[in-house]
Amino acid sequence: MGDIAIRARHVSKIFGQSRVLDDVEFELRRGEVLCLAGENGCGKSTLIKIINGVYTPEEGVELSFGDETLSAISPIEARNRGIHVIWQDLALFPHLTVAENIVFDDYVAKPWRPISYKDALTQSREIIQQFGLDLDPMARVEDLSIAHRQLVAICRVLRAGASIIFMDEPTASLTYKEVQTLLGITRSLAAKGISIVLVSHRLVEVLEVCQRVTVLRNGKLVGTYPTEGMTQARLSTLMTGLELEFTPRAETHKGAPVLELKNLSREGEFENVSFTLHRGEILGLTGLLGAGRTEIAHTIFGMTQPTSGQLLKEGQPLTLNSNRDAVHHRIAYLSEDRLNLGLVQNQSINMNTAVTVLPRLEKPRFFLSPQRIKALTVHWIEQLKTKVSDAELAVSSLSGGNQQRIALAKWLATEPEVLILDCPTIGVDVGAKAGIFDIIRNLADQGMAIILISDEAGEIWMNADRALVLRDGRIYSEVIPAETTEEALEAIINA
Amino acid sequence: MHKRLLNRRIGTEGTLLSILMLLCVVLALATDSFLTFQNLFDLLNNQSVNIIFAVGLVVVLIAGGIDISFAVAASVVQYVVLSLLINYLGGGNWLLGILLSMLVGMLLGLFNALLIHRFRIVSIIVTIGTFNLFFGLLMYFTSGVSIYDIPDWLYYSVPLLDLPAERGSATLYLPAAVMVVMVILTWFILARTGFGRAIYGFGSNPESARRSGVSVWKIHAFAYGWLGLCAGVAGLMQAHIVQEVVPNALIGQELPILAAVVLGGATLGGGRGSVLGAVLGVLLLAIVQNGLNLLGVTPYAFRMIVGLIILIAITTSNLGNLLPRTTKARNV
Repeated sequence: MGDIAIRARHVSKIFGQSRVLDDVEFELRRGEVLCLAGENGCGKSTLIKIINGVYTPEEGVELSFGDETLSAISPIEARNRGIHVIWQDLALFPHLTVAENIVFDDYVAKPWRPISYKDALTQSREIIQQFGLDLDPMARVEDLSIAHRQLVAICRVLRAGASIIFMDEPTASLTYKEVQTLLGITRSLAAKGISIVLVSHRLVEVLEVCQRVTVLRNGKLVGTYPTEGMTQARLSTLMTGLELEFTPRAETHKGAPVLELKNLSREGEFENVSFTLHRGEILGLTGLLGAGRTEIAHTIFGMTQPTSGQLLKEGQPLTLNSNRDAVHHRIAYLSEDRLNLGLVQNQSINMNTAVTVLPRLEKPRFFLSPQRIKALTVHWIEQLKTKVSDAELAVSSLSGGNQQRIALAKWLATEPEVLILDCPTIGVDVGAKAGIFDIIRNLADQGMAIILISDEAGEIWMNADRALVLRDGRIYSEVIPAETTEEALEAIINA
Repeated sequence: MHKRLLNRRIGTEGTLLSILMLLCVVLALATDSFLTFQNLFDLLNNQSVNIIFAVGLVVVLIAGGIDISFAVAASVVQYVVLSLLINYLGGGNWLLGILLSMLVGMLLGLFNALLIHRFRIVSIIVTIGTFNLFFGLLMYFTSGVSIYDIPDWLYYSVPLLDLPAERGSATLYLPAAVMVVMVILTWFILARTGFGRAIYGFGSNPESARRSGVSVWKIHAFAYGWLGLCAGVAGLMQAHIVQEVVPNALIGQELPILAAVVLGGATLGGGRGSVLGAVLGVLLLAIVQNGLNLLGVTPYAFRMIVGLIILIAITTSNLGNLLPRTTKARNV
């Protein structure tokens, strides 16, 4: 340790009018795991792209690699110095085998040399064994889980001789166990002298595995801190510049029961799930990925039918044959996959907001009234304090936090009594998250019954009045956040 | 799970081969004439043109594109090459004929590639355009007149293998050999060179391939150029077999060939498919037709049956996707 792998000083980058990076300093030691933290748009990706040669920085930069100092670097030079980036999409080839993915760079380098599958297999096995990974080189990447695909991407850069690996949001779609495995692997890579930079939103993990954390905010370096003694609260304050509250929801405003599940089961998904949801309550539904959280939500929303058990709304048995029935009974469900399922990305903000209530916006009948659509969107944009310059623009032009507000508006327009929120803060910045939860708390204060699904113990702890922890499709434990600590809740989830 | 694993190990090609063999056994038992050299050689002679088209097309499909202009491109090649040979080169010979056909075919394919790459237009739109353009130009300049007076070298068939048979003899002709060469060449490029694997990679995930340093233009140029080259060769062979050049002889062939290649495991999404699969796809459809013929089924039923086979094949190969998502996830 102590050896410097890269030291970049005076890094600036200007795009058009805006200064995306302003005199940033970045230092990475050999064999360390460093975290690069900051909200979306703080300049993390720009910094990575400058270091791996994709972007040319402004004048005055000093890039030193221990022995040598450069004023610019090309992508090829960066590769030759062992700098590799694993972007969030992993850049793999799903139809090819693991082995072929690992040796793919050879195909590009020597396109007309006859290839040998045997060599590809032996070489991949070597890499896989050398780093003690669990991968079948003959498998096709499309058949692997995201966690295993990540390993393939890691093998690929290791084979290319990586000594400095940037990993962009590697834990975003992994289960708790997979995250632990991945973090274990990064540690063992570091022990072999490879330097790793993790870019992550999940503050807990970062603090656990990294030795130091470099924080950027609005293109400026906030500082580099040792993770020892660092708390989540302090880190998010550094990232956002805001003092965020880290306390459970103060008091409960439980009203009359609205929705009741009685021994609800669906074969292969969940079993004997019973709970009662009250007006004004935020009920947390948590558990590891695959514990049945989303499956239960789908059944309450009428998208799947239970195999046994009963669903009651205000004491009346409820049979839902489709999600249309559910909307009719004033149940709304915000999907966890905002990008693909929650919003129609290339349609306008207006249309995305209006889509759930189109019949109400017809005037005359069968003809949509542009005025009514506009009025609806304006109303919700104001209510949810969404930053929108022009509601005719595609919804993809908005930031994650604002997109989520539109997705929320779309469901609030149906005037639901029961609102199910499935991981509402995925891909939303720390600062914007607080805003979304403010909205959710306000809705509950106004009497809406809310089911909040999340795998982040912190979110549940801070916002839910009551949390149900699921495991293997059953309710494993019920926790009142106000009576316990976040760490205790986390331990129950991962037990 | 076991079934899926098994499927993976055998693959589309294995399934197709088993069906093909089963079909051959049934037909051999049901008819006297199916399992004769005469019939099998006829099948190869007749299908060589389609197979040459198919191995060209599979490259484009693997690269994630589609081309429906290749059959009319082949007609254009026939006219251009024969006009050049007859009017300017004193008739020419086999070598010149093949080289010229490859060149003209490749240029037509590169024209598609250029439009697709340079102007970022979806391949199906581009090739619908060039399909009409090529055929329109052909009809305009030829006024629909056929060429009957083709050079001698092209007119007389070239027997390669002659076996005595019940009635006369069973003969394998030149187009079958050309087909074998094209099949092996395409297979080698796709399966045994880095460039071929890069085509699979590009079809599988274009953005990843681009970031790995794969030249997108080279992939496009090769895929459409190679299909054009194959179409040129196929066009010449077709003219050789029917001993004349008719402007609308090949138009309409593109869809059955596309269907055969898709039957052979290629998808319109790219990244999947193989030369063996394409060949087996063409052969399966040909043998079905041949068998129906021998069994005395009315030719009016052919299209219907071919359509059914394709739909059944595609639905059964997608059955796995119909299983509930969660059960699948638990099994993995």
